[in-house]
Amino acid sequence: MSQSAAPVLEARQISKRFPGVVALDGVSLALLPGEVHALVGENGAGKSTLIKVFTGVHRPDGGELIYNGSPTAFGTPLDAQRAGISTIYQEVNLVPMMSVARNLMLGREPRGRLGVIDTARMYGEAERILAGYGVVTDVRRPLRTLGMGVQQMVALARAVAIDARVVIMDEPTSSLEPREVETLFSVIRKLKDDGIAVVYVSHRLDELYEVCDRVTVLRDGRVAHTGPLAELERLKLIALMLGRDLDEVRTGGLTRFSRDRRQARDRDGAQPAVRAEGLTRRQVLRGVDVSVWPGEVVGLGGLLGAGRSETAKGIVGALPLDAGRVVVAGRPLRTGSTTAAIRAGVSLLPEDRKAEGIIPALSVRENIALAALPSLSRAGVVSDAKIDKIVDVFMRRLRIKAASPDQPVQELSGGNQQKVLLARWLAIRPKILLLDEPTRGIDVGAKAEVQALVDELAEEGLGVLLISSDLEELVEGADRILVLREGEVVGELSGDDVTEDKIMASIAERGAESDG
Amino acid sequence: MAEAVAPPGRRVLAWAQEYGVYAAVGVLLLFNVLFTPHFLDVANFRTQLVQVAPIVIVSLGMALVIGTQGIDLSVGSVMSLAAALVALYLGYGAWPALLVALAGGAVAGTAGGALVAYVGVQPIVATLALLVGVRGLANVLVPQLVEFRNPDLIALGSASLSGVPVIVVIAAVLTLLMAFLVRRTTFGRQVVAIGGNRAASELSGLPVRRVLLLVYVISGVLAALAGVLATARLQASDPTSLGLFIELSAITAVVVGGTPLSGGRIRVLSTVMGALLMQLLSATLIKHNLPQSWTQIVQAVIILAAVYATRERGTR
Repeated sequence: MSQSAAPVLEARQISKRFPGVVALDGVSLALLPGEVHALVGENGAGKSTLIKVFTGVHRPDGGELIYNGSPTAFGTPLDAQRAGISTIYQEVNLVPMMSVARNLMLGREPRGRLGVIDTARMYGEAERILAGYGVVTDVRRPLRTLGMGVQQMVALARAVAIDARVVIMDEPTSSLEPREVETLFSVIRKLKDDGIAVVYVSHRLDELYEVCDRVTVLRDGRVAHTGPLAELERLKLIALMLGRDLDEVRTGGLTRFSRDRRQARDRDGAQPAVRAEGLTRRQVLRGVDVSVWPGEVVGLGGLLGAGRSETAKGIVGALPLDAGRVVVAGRPLRTGSTTAAIRAGVSLLPEDRKAEGIIPALSVRENIALAALPSLSRAGVVSDAKIDKIVDVFMRRLRIKAASPDQPVQELSGGNQQKVLLARWLAIRPKILLLDEPTRGIDVGAKAEVQALVDELAEEGLGVLLISSDLEELVEGADRILVLREGEVVGELSGDDVTEDKIMASIAERGAESDG
Repeated sequence: MAEAVAPPGRRVLAWAQEYGVYAAVGVLLLFNVLFTPHFLDVANFRTQLVQVAPIVIVSLGMALVIGTQGIDLSVGSVMSLAAALVALYLGYGAWPALLVALAGGAVAGTAGGALVAYVGVQPIVATLALLVGVRGLANVLVPQLVEFRNPDLIALGSASLSGVPVIVVIAAVLTLLMAFLVRRTTFGRQVVAIGGNRAASELSGLPVRRVLLLVYVISGVLAALAGVLATARLQASDPTSLGLFIELSAITAVVVGGTPLSGGRIRVLSTVMGALLMQLLSATLIKHNLPQSWTQIVQAVIILAAVYATRERGTR
């Protein structure tokens, strides 16, 4: 990275307002060629909006965008892409029904005579490109049949292949496995060497410190800090993002779980809040047993694809099972019915907030009231007074930031959407809450609040099943951890054994066996 | 909420989306009051409303189905089935015949709803099958036009309640009921939620399949009722041509009313306005001696304008 080089892309005093919200307030950011620039901040800080200004989705209300030294206004995302600004979004933006190769080469397919697509060459080229990213797969398969990690790699390969000068990565690792993350980082370093500027948005501090050169911290639509990352202490960075005192963060710890682990209680005579036995589904689950006692937080550990989400979905009846049963408070549950599970007090906060959680066009109010509607109605007619009351209670308790309860939930930040979903469940007073990646993709502040809430709920006697790829969160949050690997429980840790090392050892142990 | 600072273009579009159909009806009425002789005659108003009433009734069901991301192409055929059943069972009296016809509509709706909700057939395919099959059935039951003289049934088609035709009263009452159903009941909220995000609704414990089934049953019953009313007004049962292409009019009314085909939103009163707008439009053009083909072209323009206005609002 040469400091003297002129910025390839520069934002000068950019402002952007939405109804009721000032998303960006005079934000300036200079992006140098060959640097990896971390863009961090809580959700709602303006990161997404700034990215959308860069990529032509939004037009700024004030300020100017300088690209290659001259003022630029991208009319559409396509304009920005043609000019050399590629984006990889959190959610993969590809065509799921088309083959991997078609997705990779879309719009640039090799053509033979008569302009017909030369499929043989296309497949060959696609295989070669993907191999460069450490992905070996049948490129003829429809994209949707592949795991999220591989899909993300295809998206990245596609973005880079389009002669980009700036590559913007929005939470690129959120669905990647550690091995894939390594591949991604080597690709990023290669981009850097080629003089391409990378904007890297992530909530994972380890990653930021590993690949990023400089950092810009956004807070409430303004730049809170910008400078070299290596000189910035971790706790200082967190403090900048949160807008809190450094000391407060230091003493509060990185997660908001209380430190003392609840010891296994005296369980003689008591029965688990939920007991799942022998959950089986071909190629996904192989006889998983899970029990959660009231007031206990059970963590599910394991790598991507180990069957953690599937276990949770199997318990609430959202995943058809080949075998196995779920017993709630001593009574077997009708299988394959989420309605029955919810009635018995078992609720799932799904991993994919957008596709399976929120009803985007409906208001915050209606999203919160959704599951509780029957109890908020009389003879099928809903009571607005009851809904208003419960919505008010939970918006306060979870500190949901919205212009009003009537604001469409899709306009909220990820953290606030997650809180809305939590409120939806708390409104029906569940006995067991299954949380699948409850803090993924949400800002540090909301993360801490969600973690504190989980603790609080367990204290009140709720049974919690916690799934998280964040080992630290798992270790600090769970009283007991079950480690899954390839659809089987391969280890159980409790008490002092609940450590990051032991979880990883448990995963590795089983792996070594199957290798040998 | 702080004051809106959307660009003017966006604001105009948002306004058009909310109130465009009302404004269009208003403009058309004003035009007619000024330029169309005898437009203000009570008789003319009656004719217009009586003509549009069956379309309104069918559209109410259609709006509900479209709110779930579905579509019901079978409504016209269900009307013809109702006409056939009424003719067959009129011997038992008008009311039993009416009930049998409504039951027929419920059965057709159940068939379509079950295909969509439990078998997983796409709504357009499931109801297309019914569009073809149900009219076939109606024609088998009553192969040709049958005239009747049942006074009760004729009264249903042509009597008035303090000056307002019974058909119009029924359509108005059903509109209010549907608005209530959508806005104030658990069922209505669930319909909208399912249309907005089916996977999320399932995980939230909503009885998704039951709700979907019921939506098609309601659409079927409403179509059957419209069929009976249209038959009563004709004073003849005509399963061969009754309700032909009404599914298109109903979809038009829903779309022009601003309900997006992508589901998750249902605008009941606007749907009625959409039906009225199309009716007024063709009446206006006819009264000014423009040929039918002009009406069709103007209708096409209005549909496009409505679709333009209901496009997804700009994403953030």
